[in-house]
Amino acid sequence: MEMIRQPFFWIMTAVIALFALLPPLTHDVGLRESLFLAAVYIILAGNLNLLIGYTGYVNFGNIVFFGLGGYLGLWLVTVFRLPLVVAALLAGLAVAAMTAALWCRILRLRGAYFALASIGIAEATKAFVSNFEPWGGATGLYLPMGAFKAMGGPREALWTVYFLMVAVMAATLYLSYAVKKSKFGLGLFAIREDEEAAGVLGVRTPYYKTLACTLSGVLPAVAGTLFFFKNGVIQPEQAFDLTLSTEAIVMLMLGGQGTVTGAALGAFLYEQFRGYLLISPTFSSFQLVIAGALLLVTVLFMPGGLMGWVYQRWPRLRRILE
Amino acid sequence: MLGVLASMLDGVLVGAVYGLGAIGLTLIWGVMDVINLTHGALIAMGMFGVYLLFSGLGLNPYLALVPVAAAGFLIGLAIYWSAVHRVIGRPPLMSLLSTFAVNMVLIGLGTSGFSTSPYNVDISLPGISLGAYTFTGNHLVAALAAVAIAGGLSLFLQRTRLGKAIRAVSSNRKAAELMGIPAARVLAQAFGIGIAIATAAGGLIATLFPFTVLSGGGYELKSFVVTVLGGLGNPAGALAGGILLGLIEGGVTPFIQVSWIPVIEFALFVGILLAFPNGLFARRGH
Amino acid sequence: MIRIASRHALRSLALALAVFGLAAAAPAAAGDGTITIGFTNSETGALNVDSSSQLNGFKLWADQVNAAGGISVGGKKQRVVFVTYDDQSKADRVQQLYSRLILQDNADFLFSPYSSGLTATAAIISEQYGKVMITTGAAENKTYQQGNKYLFQMYAPATTYLSGALEALKSVNPKAKLAVAYKDDSFSKAVAQAALARARTLGFEVVFNEAYAPTTTDFGPLINKIISAGADALVGGGHYADGATLARQVFDHKVPLTFLSLLVAPDSPQFASLGDSAINVTAPSQWAPQVTFKPDFGPTPAAFDEAYKTAYGKDPGYHAAGGYGAGLVLQHAIEQAGSLDADAVTAKLNSLDATIFFGHVKFAEDPAFHGLQTGHAMVSVQWQKKGAELTKEVVWPKGGATAPLAYPLR
Repeated sequence: MEMIRQPFFWIMTAVIALFALLPPLTHDVGLRESLFLAAVYIILAGNLNLLIGYTGYVNFGNIVFFGLGGYLGLWLVTVFRLPLVVAALLAGLAVAAMTAALWCRILRLRGAYFALASIGIAEATKAFVSNFEPWGGATGLYLPMGAFKAMGGPREALWTVYFLMVAVMAATLYLSYAVKKSKFGLGLFAIREDEEAAGVLGVRTPYYKTLACTLSGVLPAVAGTLFFFKNGVIQPEQAFDLTLSTEAIVMLMLGGQGTVTGAALGAFLYEQFRGYLLISPTFSSFQLVIAGALLLVTVLFMPGGLMGWVYQRWPRLRRILE
Repeated sequence: MLGVLASMLDGVLVGAVYGLGAIGLTLIWGVMDVINLTHGALIAMGMFGVYLLFSGLGLNPYLALVPVAAAGFLIGLAIYWSAVHRVIGRPPLMSLLSTFAVNMVLIGLGTSGFSTSPYNVDISLPGISLGAYTFTGNHLVAALAAVAIAGGLSLFLQRTRLGKAIRAVSSNRKAAELMGIPAARVLAQAFGIGIAIATAAGGLIATLFPFTVLSGGGYELKSFVVTVLGGLGNPAGALAGGILLGLIEGGVTPFIQVSWIPVIEFALFVGILLAFPNGLFARRGH
Repeated sequence: MIRIASRHALRSLALALAVFGLAAAAPAAAGDGTITIGFTNSETGALNVDSSSQLNGFKLWADQVNAAGGISVGGKKQRVVFVTYDDQSKADRVQQLYSRLILQDNADFLFSPYSSGLTATAAIISEQYGKVMITTGAAENKTYQQGNKYLFQMYAPATTYLSGALEALKSVNPKAKLAVAYKDDSFSKAVAQAALARARTLGFEVVFNEAYAPTTTDFGPLINKIISAGADALVGGGHYADGATLARQVFDHKVPLTFLSLLVAPDSPQFASLGDSAINVTAPSQWAPQVTFKPDFGPTPAAFDEAYKTAYGKDPGYHAAGGYGAGLVLQHAIEQAGSLDADAVTAKLNSLDATIFFGHVKFAEDPAFHGLQTGHAMVSVQWQKKGAELTKEVVWPKGGATAPLAYPLR
């Protein structure tokens, strides 16, 4: 594939290798926990990029893919005793199917209406799941401790889940890059710039939009299963957390929407920053204030985010760091 | 049967307050095509404003609405000039994100100051009983206040110079500017008024239910639903939409589990958005 | 710092320590000379009222133990050190913080957060890393049915909560029409389901049975339905925030109830601030200062009550008692095991069958529900108006009551 000859491909691979090798080599479980969360954020922001950055549709309710994937996956594991990987893949496929058939309908709406509808769907899903008894209603689904036995006990299971999450992160990065360099990606950018004009010029707008939207839901759904498996429990409030959903947008904007590096960098930096604030008693509520202030400055003065600033300063990096 | 009627009446009372809560949102949306995502945080600020004046100074919560709304107006001006002015006319994503950013800052400051613990405005007015059902005094007064404020806004928009200027700018900004109306300043004041009403609504809600810094989020979502029901940019419609929502809630709760109401509300919301992609009432001008 | 408890308590504590210190034969585990106990506390958020009481219980225990030099581990005294964070009443913070407590703060033992929901989350982490966790403030049964080895529950399980209230109701109004309205979370649901079963065996007619969303602040629709159903007794609720709101709104709506029993909320001293809404409301309680247990080790109920009042200036509710009890039981097990090793301490906890000021303590050993509390029983308390003051009395079971049940509600 042509992609392999690009330097950026190897940069991504190096980063993925770091994620995969550092924690086991240093035996540092704390580092693993931190990188695990970073990987989750990168997956959320990176896939969201397909819809916001490439296509220009602001999905405020993107958490719905993550949450539904988590519920489906955990349900398959607890009720049908499927192995984790199988459950995760099935959850991803199921969410992709539901997204393509139902969720993508709201792509008919434009601008702010689309954003609001996406919130409406996320809230409706959360409210529905809270009442849905087969999935535990408001109390959620619990994973029996025995589920870890199939993977060799809890400690080994946590490592396995970590590596699986890194694999999903890798898939996210490669997918974003592949889409960006393809004709499909070009079409999406055209839609973002001016949807009517793109249609007139021959871009198959409805089909491309649906495809982008479906793709943006698959990997977060798989990640959802992995995340909540590690969690041991899934509950509606946590699964469909609108705050995390909007934080994904913040990460993307801060890093630089429309670029693969931007999404990854924004997510990683945000996770580090959040982790620090978690235990600092003075600042734990300040996380939102600082994040909000950063976002405001970015939106008003630097809409291209961090990568936008980097590209302006060092234009040659635009070719290398996609 | 009386039970269903009582439920619906109660719904109407609470719905009037929801409607007032949505007026600020719909006004700003209608006038300058900005979806104000700080709406929830400002409702919460109204709640805390009334709480502080009531518990700290012993001021009657209904009287406290006046200084709270005034403060809301000033805060609205500040938010307009700092975050909204530069993004008007730019793609909608930008205004969504800038108001959202301000929202994050406000909520962050709020949780730093008040954490997420629940608070209460402890005032209990005597209610009216219809058979076994009681309509608490708080509900009745809040509903009346909501209608009064909404009526006041309507008169303001129809009769005063500023009100007419706001309607002019909302209808056609260029033409208004050509007629000598300082559009940016008028927009700022409209934004301020929208926020003032939001804080007033928050203050009224505080007299009804306990609240936390995060409560505003829930009412913001309700405001979206009400706005879509009542028609964009239409304050009277927002009040009607709120009452309609309250009526639906009240009419439906006796027959199903109360916890299903949010599902119905949000499904209705998405449904109406899909059925009317440009909003319930066609926009004029833009 | 917290001042030392009464001399009586200190003497019994010192005696207990001496006895068990001598009895322990195993050598002390190597360490830095301190025992680190990790947990999160809901300093902020909806659960903060009860979580703070629980924290006071933990602190009182730790202060008393350290004043006596520490816990005796195989003959050597080691001081207790707490590492604690604010979980903001949120489950996802609990996860991250407990992982941190284990991985970075090197906690030797863990206490649970407050509430069944948060404890269920913390238990997953503690089990994943094989750390002993004493749970208090957590009554729900399901947590112990997931196949754990290191969990131990101080509270009587949720399924026993409302039996006393229903029996008390039966004694005054056997034909009552019962409404059950409860918070839609794991704890309250478990209580409600057990209560419904008990209500049916006692012959009550259940006219209303519904759960409300945990974030509910407007109970108007629910209350109207209860009125429509013609209920004259209401049981249920959830935790402090929603319970207090429900009590207030039930009063404001003048619901014609003759009996009102709510979970958790009425036990808190803060409930009295509701004024008239609180009169004659009952609550199931894990403990009250007036109980008359004779402890095998640790302070007597009166001594604990005294010490708490001296330290904090108010009466302890059962959340504080549970917190203190958790520390006491852990201390006892460590001293018996003579080491800090998780499996050694677990063995001693498994074999424990004793009475402390909190009541009879025995943990289930059956792996199907390991750690469930099988010895402890609930009492019912009620806020009664004496003159101008509201005081909390024990009204059930009749044998241990300090005042008769005040009936009807208003």
